[in-house]
Amino acid sequence: MEVVRLRVNGDQRVCGVPSHYTLLETLRYGLGLTGSKQGCDKGDCGACTVIVDGRAVLSCITPVWEAEGKDVRTVEGLASGTEPHPVQDEFDLNGAAQCGFCTPGILCSSVALLDRNTAPTREEIRTALAGNLCRCTGYEKIYDAVEAAAERLGG
Amino acid sequence: MLRLHPFRYHRPDTVEDAVALLAGFGEDAMPMAGGTDLMPNMKHRLFTPGHVVSLNRIAAMRGVALSPTGSHLRIGALETLADVSANLLVRRHFPGLADAAGLVAGPQLRNMGTIGGNVCLDTRCTYYNQTEFWRGALGYCLKKDGTVCHVTRVGAKCVAAHSADTPPNLIALGAGLTLAGPGGVRTIPAAEFFITDGIWNTRRARDEILTEIRIPVGGPGRRSAYRKLRQRHSIDFPLLSVAAVGDFDENGAVERINGVVSALGARPRVLAGWDEIAVGERLGRRVIDALADRAYAQCRPLENIIVDAEWRRAMVRVYVKRALSELAGRSGRQGNTEAKS
Repeated sequence: MEVVRLRVNGDQRVCGVPSHYTLLETLRYGLGLTGSKQGCDKGDCGACTVIVDGRAVLSCITPVWEAEGKDVRTVEGLASGTEPHPVQDEFDLNGAAQCGFCTPGILCSSVALLDRNTAPTREEIRTALAGNLCRCTGYEKIYDAVEAAAERLGG
Repeated sequence: MLRLHPFRYHRPDTVEDAVALLAGFGEDAMPMAGGTDLMPNMKHRLFTPGHVVSLNRIAAMRGVALSPTGSHLRIGALETLADVSANLLVRRHFPGLADAAGLVAGPQLRNMGTIGGNVCLDTRCTYYNQTEFWRGALGYCLKKDGTVCHVTRVGAKCVAAHSADTPPNLIALGAGLTLAGPGGVRTIPAAEFFITDGIWNTRRARDEILTEIRIPVGGPGRRSAYRKLRQRHSIDFPLLSVAAVGDFDENGAVERINGVVSALGARPRVLAGWDEIAVGERLGRRVIDALADRAYAQCRPLENIIVDAEWRRAMVRVYVKRALSELAGRSGRQGNTEAKS
């Protein structure tokens, strides 16, 4: 066991982990943040996507030590108190989540996109979410939700 | 759930310290940058080093800048594929390379993966990139833990596919790769970096680190293009990749033209005979067809990827034509439209 210090969703967290732990394992099994999902667990599916220093990355293949000293944002940190993030709200309003397993990763990819591009085109949304697999929705309602959230954020 | 094996994680600040760690631990250590190739491979028990040496704190391996005379562009090996694809100098001078970097995997992997890691990417094969359970059920393979190649069935040589997107461009552009190791620093042309051994397909020694890439800036008549065939338009590795670089005179006639095709075997294939077809000619349909035929005759995909090899071969003509049509200015780029940060 070694001690890792992380800044997760604005909180300073300290956790004992084995030296070979990934960021995802630390979030889920060290810190109890089980929103980020363990899907393929080898960097294909995007279910583990979190935002590190503003960029969407795959926590299942990130060694936990690479997140030290950086800002880690997970799906648990997107809402403001009891107020959901506009992307979360629009996912609800547009029916963009079905089984929900891919949703935390897609929300993180979407927020990382909207944080740097407040008025993305449909194509830019598709490209930004191209690393997140969803087996239920067919993606269209997800794109609708991100578009609607962008309009709200821009307006 | 795919667990990693236990290992120690080292984070040196300098190339010298990283090289010393790698040399000190010998075969039991591996360097890692973005980790997008090595981490999944370790989860599959393809590599089980006791020590992983992270390169990510080495500031000297970052940055993209023109040399003082403007003759070369230097790209630090730690630059992420997302940053390389969005970099204005890369986009201006080497659009084919920018497109290739922007077509690697998906957005999150491009935010993590580096151009140095892409150049040093392990070869891939249907019978290799699998869990230990899957591989064991088949009696393992020649590349890892076994004695039989399930692709050729008879061969004593591993034919796993070179699957990285940026090297075909770097080869066609005449780039140089700088390696640092216990014996010092050396530079090797990208065209000589790869060998036809799928088990370890580069001339990089296991205790060497690729620190930077230097690409000669061509004249104003230089154009480059990249085309990638894959099953999905995201995430997947190439089933076939084509890089083309041409120098054109002011009348649009070809002065020099290079083509490199990859994802066939263990090393990218530099296409022979293109200059004799195209030099002095404009890149019209007849010349493009002749160049595509010449490429087709030289490319024979293997069953190292479970996608019909004859279809992949047929696509050589199609994708070479598309890359050359782009060089001729007759079609748009394949690059994605990701918002650039």
